[in-house]
Amino acid sequence: MKYLLTEEQKMIVDICRQIVKDRIIPVRAEMDEKEIFPWEIIKEIGKSDLFRLFIPEEYEGMGTGIFEVCLATEELSRGDLSVATSYAASGLGLIPILIAGNEEQKKKYLPQLASGEKLAAFGLTEAEAGSDAGSIRTTASKDGDFYILNGTKQWITNGGEADIYTIFAMTNPEKGVRGASAIIVEKGTSGFEFGKKEDKLGIRASATRELIFTDCRVPKENILGSEGMGFIIAMRTFDQSRPAVGAQAVGVAQAALEEALNYSKVRKQFGTPISSFQAIQHMLADMATNIEAARALVYHAAKVIDSGEKNVTRLSSMSKIFASDMAMKVTNDAIQIFGGYGFMKEYPVEKMMRDAKITQIYEGTNQILRNVVALDMIKRGVL
Amino acid sequence: MIEIKIAVCIKQVPGTTEIKIDPETNTLIREGIENIINPFDAYAIEEGVRIRERFDGEEVEVIALTMGPPQSKEILKEAISVGVDRAILLSDRAFAGADTWATSTTLAKAINKIGDCRLIILGKQTLDGDTGQVGPELAQRLDIPFIGYASGILEINRNKMKVKRLMEDRYETFEINLPAAISVVKDINTPRVPSLRGKIKAKSAEIPVWDAARLEADEDEVGLSGSYTQVVKIFTPKIKHEIKMIEGSTGEQVEQLYKELKELNAI
Repeated sequence: MKYLLTEEQKMIVDICRQIVKDRIIPVRAEMDEKEIFPWEIIKEIGKSDLFRLFIPEEYEGMGTGIFEVCLATEELSRGDLSVATSYAASGLGLIPILIAGNEEQKKKYLPQLASGEKLAAFGLTEAEAGSDAGSIRTTASKDGDFYILNGTKQWITNGGEADIYTIFAMTNPEKGVRGASAIIVEKGTSGFEFGKKEDKLGIRASATRELIFTDCRVPKENILGSEGMGFIIAMRTFDQSRPAVGAQAVGVAQAALEEALNYSKVRKQFGTPISSFQAIQHMLADMATNIEAARALVYHAAKVIDSGEKNVTRLSSMSKIFASDMAMKVTNDAIQIFGGYGFMKEYPVEKMMRDAKITQIYEGTNQILRNVVALDMIKRGVL
Repeated sequence: MIEIKIAVCIKQVPGTTEIKIDPETNTLIREGIENIINPFDAYAIEEGVRIRERFDGEEVEVIALTMGPPQSKEILKEAISVGVDRAILLSDRAFAGADTWATSTTLAKAINKIGDCRLIILGKQTLDGDTGQVGPELAQRLDIPFIGYASGILEINRNKMKVKRLMEDRYETFEINLPAAISVVKDINTPRVPSLRGKIKAKSAEIPVWDAARLEADEDEVGLSGSYTQVVKIFTPKIKHEIKMIEGSTGEQVEQLYKELKELNAI
């Protein structure tokens, strides 16, 4: 397939493929089984400049668009979704700084994230606040030159591993959604601790943890934008980050298709490779077709964002919904083509299905995103 | 001000461990085989770059060198993409057909021309020639110490280095004066994946080509005419297979197999 990539974009793809082949594939099964956070691979990704991509050049980034991030994320996801999630989640944690950070905040935090020396994380979800993000209970009350944070964030990707956290907390609880603010909290700040590491169905090598704030004092200059802007910052962050979740889904589905296709050519039944059976052929054809459709939508969404278009919520959400639903179906079908072998941990496809599931859930469940798409359409019309 | 210059000598080789020889012409079958950096040389490049990183960059320069046809530029660009500062291609029709002696002569001239190289790093051997001779010969030519099979650089400054090497049954640690040459084994490091900025730099990098005239080399000291050895014939040994079926009951078969293996001194 040709995607009319520029030379620089092809370089990004080549670098990722080499990382996948040399560094990820040999260890992914063990990382999954033992829940090992892939620090060595993350360091390699950092050395390869992939964390620099969409950070502006003045902060030691490479000033590319979201499209390039999607390319890198897709390729890394072909190797392992835990690695790709840890990579993309750092991007999610730093987008709020890009969107709403002042010059000092950008200068302080972006260069160390660009080099991959440190990871970022995004802390919004709480036990009682998932799709209903407006009902977060973590508070940040002003006390002189500080905000004092109290509360617990749940299921935070890169929790414990990241150094820089963008935390959403209520600075003015009476105002509801309009009372939320985004605040940068650094690991090591007194009163900021990590809770249990979750034991998960998929992306088991990625870190998912609670962030516990107990009278955690954060300098007031760590607020992003101004008080009350938290919810807007979070939503604008998701607008930009969701195509990358779509790209994760495309990548893991592509990997599952490759495995299924190869297997179908070597697995013989009734004296002939199963790829000669029309039932299998049609499955493979549908898998490939759906992957291409999802990829086209993800790339399109990313390019529209990069064009500077403001109203990207609908398209960005669509790319995530379509690609993640597709990935669940494709990885499931890959197991079906493998038959009993696909159900065994000896082969990589069962892990791909377990990993793919999260793409339907995180950064907005596909159900809440359908609400977003529908409401946007009702408000603005179809076109 | 560059305090330490490091030259890394690399070679382009066919990217396969299964080199096939055309039995008719006795030449290498190159069709369908891409050329790559000799795998051992990748460790040499990485080590050069890591030494520069130890010094925090500025005062160390890593220069990759290769002797070969014009298409060898590709591996020099690859070297730049993983962190080498600059690269030089030694290319001239007169260099063709060089044995290890003529190769080390040519490399030595280039290294002298670069001037003040404190360390020369090579892979322990190439995948195609497999001799492992160029490193020691080059050191001899330059009249500097040589440590083969280096597996770790423990300390280094402009004048001295402490290097560990792997022998069959032991490790040895040497302290040697610089300039020196070392050849490295794969235990020394894990070569990095190219960086995006490295690849972009490599794409536009100018790679100077130094020919015989530039190296002030006489025609009879380089290439085929400067070589003491010449490959007359390369062939793939014919491997004879013999299959013998042993009949009888399992017990008899085991008995017979044991007897025959013993006769062959296999057990």
